[in-house]
Formats: sequence, C-alpha cells, structure tokens
Amino acid sequence: MAAGVATWMPFARAAAVGWLPLAQQTMPKPPVDKTSRSDEILFVNVSGLRFQTWKNTLDRYPDTLLGSSEKEFFYNEETQEYFFDRDPEMFRHILNFFRTGKLHYPRHECIQAFEEELAFYGIIPEIIGDCCMEEYRDRKKENQERLAEDTEAENAGDAPLPPDATLRDKLWRAFENPHTSTMALVFYYVTGFFIAVSVIANVVETVPCRPLKGSIKDLPCGEKFSVAFSCLDTACVLIFSCEYLMRLYAAPSRCDFARSVMSVIDVVAILPFYIGLIMPENEEVSGAFVTLRVFRVFRIFKFSRHSQGLRILGCTLQACASELGFLLFSLTMAVIIFATVMFYAEKGTKGTTFSSIPASFWYTIVTMTTLGYGDMVPDSIAGKIFGSICSLSGVLVIALPVPVIVSNFARIYHQNQRADKMRAQQKVRQARIRMAKKGATNAFLQHKEDGGLQGGDSDSTAFCVKNRSAFEHQHHHLLQCLEKTTNHEFTDEVTYSEVCMMDSMGFRTSRSTSLSSQQGSTTTCCSRRAKRRAIRLANSTVSVSRGSVQELDTLHVTKTPVGTQYPQSRSSLNARTGDLKLNCTDYTAAIISIPTPPANSPDESLPNSPAIPGILRNSRSSIYNTQETVKISSL
Amino acid sequence: MGLVMGTFSMQSNKQDRTYRKDKIDDDFEMSIVCHRPEGLDKLEAQSNFSKRELQVLYRGFKNECPSGVVNEDTFKQIYAQFFPHGDASSYAHYLFDAFDSAHSGSIKFEDFVMALSILLRGSVREKLMWTFNLYDINRDGYINKEEMTDIVRAIYDMMGKYTYPALKTDTPKQHVDAFFQKMDKNRDGVVTLDEFILSCQEDENIMRSLQLFENVI
Repeated sequence: MAAGVATWMPFARAAAVGWLPLAQQTMPKPPVDKTSRSDEILFVNVSGLRFQTWKNTLDRYPDTLLGSSEKEFFYNEETQEYFFDRDPEMFRHILNFFRTGKLHYPRHECIQAFEEELAFYGIIPEIIGDCCMEEYRDRKKENQERLAEDTEAENAGDAPLPPDATLRDKLWRAFENPHTSTMALVFYYVTGFFIAVSVIANVVETVPCRPLKGSIKDLPCGEKFSVAFSCLDTACVLIFSCEYLMRLYAAPSRCDFARSVMSVIDVVAILPFYIGLIMPENEEVSGAFVTLRVFRVFRIFKFSRHSQGLRILGCTLQACASELGFLLFSLTMAVIIFATVMFYAEKGTKGTTFSSIPASFWYTIVTMTTLGYGDMVPDSIAGKIFGSICSLSGVLVIALPVPVIVSNFARIYHQNQRADKMRAQQKVRQARIRMAKKGATNAFLQHKEDGGLQGGDSDSTAFCVKNRSAFEHQHHHLLQCLEKTTNHEFTDEVTYSEVCMMDSMGFRTSRSTSLSSQQGSTTTCCSRRAKRRAIRLANSTVSVSRGSVQELDTLHVTKTPVGTQYPQSRSSLNARTGDLKLNCTDYTAAIISIPTPPANSPDESLPNSPAIPGILRNSRSSIYNTQETVKISSL
Repeated sequence: MGLVMGTFSMQSNKQDRTYRKDKIDDDFEMSIVCHRPEGLDKLEAQSNFSKRELQVLYRGFKNECPSGVVNEDTFKQIYAQFFPHGDASSYAHYLFDAFDSAHSGSIKFEDFVMALSILLRGSVREKLMWTFNLYDINRDGYINKEEMTDIVRAIYDMMGKYTYPALKTDTPKQHVDAFFQKMDKNRDGVVTLDEFILSCQEDENIMRSLQLFENVI
C-alpha cells in the first residue's frame, strides 16, 4: 500500500462511522495501539552526516530497514541516534524516497553502488519512479552487458587449459584462439592461404587465355588448363573438408556448431564439389551443375573467421534489418506505382519496350537511382512526363533524404522501443499494483485465518500475530467492520468459485437453510465448526471454509484446550502436540518463514502472492489428507 | 513517396500539438490553485483536537495534497486503496459530498478537520446527525428508500465480487428493507432526523459501536 495512505487511515476509520447504523451485527473491537502515539523527530547519522526526520515518515514503509524494528540494531544509546556506516550522499536519495514516496536514481552515481545501498536499506529497485526508470534500466543493461563481456573474455581467454583437458578440448581451443599455440597459428594461416587461392582460382579460370594451337577463339583459362585447375580445386576442397570435420569433432556442442553461420558457410563452400562428384556426367544436369559452381564464391565468406571487421559488418546488418526492410518496402511501393503508370502511359506506343509492368520495373529502378542506362526510353508525351516525374522523385526519394531518413529511422526506432518499453513498464506496474492489492487482500484473509479475529486477550495470540504493523491492525479492523456491516465475508477467488460450484450442486443451500434457522446467521458450515471449538467469543471466528461439505464431517476435530483458536485446518496438524506454546511457535515459525509480515524480511518486495496462496493451498491439502501429518514447512 | 509520408506525419503532429497545448493550459490553471488553512489557534478552538493532533493531521494532509485541497478523484483513489477487493468509488463519492459541506467540489483542510472532529470526538447526537447527512443524498431532510438503496449498494460494492456467502442481487434491497423496518417509526416511507436519532439510540449495538472509533488519532 502506498505510503501516503497510512496518513489517511484516521479518515478512513472515521468514515466507517457511516456504516454503523446499517450494521446488523456488532462491530469488532478496534486494535489498541500500545506504542506511544506522539510523533517524534529521529536522528539518523550516516557516516557523520546527520539527518533528522519524523518517525512517521520512516514508518510509512514498514518493510524496509528504516521503517521496521530492524533499525533498532543500529541505535546508539549514548548519542541517541541511529548510526549507519554507509554512503551519506546516497542516503539523501533513500530518505527522499521515504519523504516523497518516489525513488529517484542519481545519474552521476554508479549503478552497482546504488543497488547495493538499496539492498541494504531493504528497498527494491523496481519502485524507481518513471522519471528515472528508463535511465536506470539503460545503465543497468549496459553494466550487465559489460560484465558479461568481461566474464566471457576471461573465460575465452588465454588462460592455460587445465592439465586434464582432452584432445577435443585442445583442438577446439586451437581453432577458436589461433594465437594460443604455434600449431594453431600455422593452421590458421594455411587455411587462410588456401581460401585465397581457391577464390583466385575461381576468378582466374574464367579469364580468357590465348587459344590452343589451331584455334582462333579465345579460351577461358579454366578450359585450357583444366587439369591444373581441377587439381587445385580438389586440393582446396579436401583441405576445407578436413578442417570442417575436425571442427565438428572438436566442438563442445555439435548441434550448436552445426547450426552456426560459419559452419553453414563451410558446408555451402564444399558442397558443390561433392554434388558434382556424385552427379552423373549428363548433359542436362551438367548445366545445373555449372550453376552450382557459383556457390564456390561463398568461400570468400570463410574469411570472416579471419577478419573481425567482416563479423562486425554482419552484425550491423543484422541489427538494422528492420529499418532496411522498411526502406526496401517503401522503395518497392514507389517502383510499383511508377512502373504501372509508365506501362499504361506507354501502352499506346508502337514497338514499345514497356511490354509489361514487371518489364517497367527495370526502367523505374534504373531511373529512380539516376542510373539511366537508356535501354528503355519512353516515347509518348505522357510517358515522358511521367518519366521525368519518376526521375525527379527518384532523386528526392533516394538521393536527398537518405541521411534524413536514416536519422529519422534511428529516432523513430528508438521511440518505438521507448513506447514498447513504456508499455512493458506499464504492464509491470499494473502487475505490481495487482499484486500489491492481492497482497493486501491476502494479508487480511491470512490474518483472519490466523485467528486474529479474537479479541487478542491471551498473550499467546498476541505473540502469534505480533508481526503486523499498527497500520495493518487498523486496516484489518476496518475491513472487519465492513464485513459486519454487510453480513458477508471477504474470501479469495478460489474459495468463491468453489462455493459457487457447491451452490450449483445444491449442497450448500440445503445445509444453509437448516443451520441458519438454528443460528440466524448466514454463515453455515463454518458456524457449525465454530461450535465445535472450545473458545467462542461474541465475534465468532469464522474461518473461511476451504474444504467441501463432505470433508467437514471427516475432519479430525480435536477438542483443543482453552486458548487455541486455530482454524480447523491447522488443528489436525497441531493436534499431536497439544501444547499451546509449541503450536504457537510452530505457527510463528511458519509465519516468519513467509515473507509477508512486514517486519521480517525487508528484501522481499512482492512477497504476498507466492507465499499466501501456498498457505491457502496447503490448508486445503491438509483437509484432504486428514490421516497424515502435513508439515507447515512444505511452504 | 517521401513527400507523402512527410505530409502524413506532419498532420498527426499538428493534431498532437493542439491537444498538448490544451492540456498544458489545463495543468497550468490547476497548479496555481493553492489553499492555506486558517490559523492553528482558530482550528483548535473550532474542533475537538489539540494543537499537536492538528499538526500531525496537517502534515499528512499537506504531504498528500501539496495544493491544500483534495478533489474528488484523489479522494476516490485514496479510499480505493483501503478497499482493494471491491469498488469503493461510489461510497467515496457520497463521503466526498458529506465532507464537502460547502459544496465547492473540493475538500479543504478545514472541512477535513471539522468532519473528523465530529466523527471522532463529537457527541453521539453530532455523529448521528453527520451520518444522517451522509445518507440524505439530496439534503432535503428526509431519507427515502432510493437514497438508502444507493448508499447500501455503494457499501456492498466495496466488498467486491468474492464474498462468502455470495452476494445476491437483492441483498442490498433486503438490507434496506430491514433498515426501514427499524428506523421508520411512523411508516411513512421516509426517515426523518428525529426518527433516525431515536431509533439509533434505542439500538444497543449501534450505541456501543459509536464509541469504537474514538482513539483513532
């Protein structure tokens, strides 16, 4: 619940006076606040810098260090102040959080230091206000990436391998870090050399050489020296295949390696040769085979293992893929529009080159990029007019605003990201609010289940439920008053749906009529259970029923001695002991282990939902397992 | 092509700008409204609180509403935080009208203190009169069934959906009928202030409950 709400509690309780004439039952007694009421100024000394604040201000957030009793550990009796040996500059922000309810991230501070301070004071970083949240997130991501890079560099580093490394590990190491050993370096250079040789051979074999004797036509060198070239090609492919197989063997995860880009390039580089081997020497297929040789040029991409720059270029293209895609899309739109226009404009012309719209695509692209080959030229006047519009717009579309578009895209892209971030943040905030709400409701339901509805006379109950703040006491009292006014109780969603199911089965209604006639209250099987309990006060403890009607009959009900007022589900757990104090400590142990109580674990931020449903589920399961002892520690 | 895209984006910009301008004007107007309460001595004399209590109250009030006034939306938000299960906005609306005695649309600190003073430190008669004022929505001196049904429905709304036993549609109506049964002495269909006070004084439960909220501050 928000901090400021605590200050409105008196008003909310006063407003409850409006329900009183409507109430059909008597109101429960309000909690008595034994602590002193007067507000005092506290002194907080943080490494010599003295801060003063009202006690109320710190009490606003009872689940932090300063708001809970944890600060008593830091109290200095002689100087009558709370002393913290922490950064005084950061403490200013922490204290401002208590004062204003908004946590700001100081931009000049190191994010790691800030987070450590927050962790110390028990404040979760998620509640940083919107104004500073984006900056905080960006810095945090940057920091994490840097740390990840550092660790990766360390791991992948030149640290010597452990002595018991297998041949596989050594081989992989040699491949990935060529400068670790001389052999690796040699291998690295040799493969590089052969890639270059293979690429050059591919290029040279198409150059026309002097023709053979007795022939006039120029021959491409590949055909003149076909034996030499094919030997070279075979040698290269053999070396590349060996390299690929060795890498495959040495890779720690073969599946991942097989899927990586580099290995795909390797495979594509050597595949044409093998396909050529297994393909028969057929005239028709050899045409296709020739096309396959094109793929040999992909061997040039193998250089990216040897060049950092190529890898970065690849990554950049990958990152900008969406912008480039959009640019392409808008260009395509323009091309289609102008191509259509030109086609219909030139349709009438005799012998026109604009034979179809796709044919006009070529003209549009050549014109818009200001190439102007001149192989397709409009003849009609309309065609010329539209052609000139096309070329002008080409200049405008491509040449002039390219830098503007590029920078605009960067801006729009970031804005979009911000919008997405905002939406994600909104979702997170809604989820947080929902969880806080659920936490509040669950806290109240849990409070009821703890038997906190009793007047709190016995010390044991006071001990059991002491982990609530005064604010929570008052708030729960308020909710109880509302329940009494309306004669209905709060439940959780699951129980409600169960009850609905029961109602539809007709079970509850029959029981309710029979029992309500006895007692005149609308609570049915619960009041029946309440009768079995030893203690009953005016405000009868009606624990929200969790089990089905049938289970109640089989429930193991012990007449626990005076002083216990546990919900039915727990009595089967604690029946063995029967010692009040022991039950209570078990109980408090369970409560303390739950992160919900405000005083206990300051680090838990949204603790309620995971733990409390666990309790509810646990109690339900305990009803079904009446024979076995169900341990609370199963939380 | 770029021209077309450019003109499209410019259009939307212009619309955004005009909208933003209006909002900025509104914000500017709202932020200059600021209210300071009367002196501490005067408030102490008028209400049943001590100086110290007034200080505590004002510190909390000012922290939440630096402008010095609470408008209905803030009021509803605050009240909704106390009742996360259900919808507290209708009851908060009636409360707001009851607090805002001058019907100015916003609650100043004096209104706040006077109402709290009656509810927490006032006599039984004063409290009952305040409650009667709350129920009498149109301030005509009579509570009729419609007004009471609205109030009761608002209270049941605060319970939310998940209650045990499940809320039926005629539960508020039954509640109102029971209330009128008790309060409407002369069976004329409306409850006057005297009938109300008399009936409440006869009911032990109500009298006892009224003492409950004394020690709130």
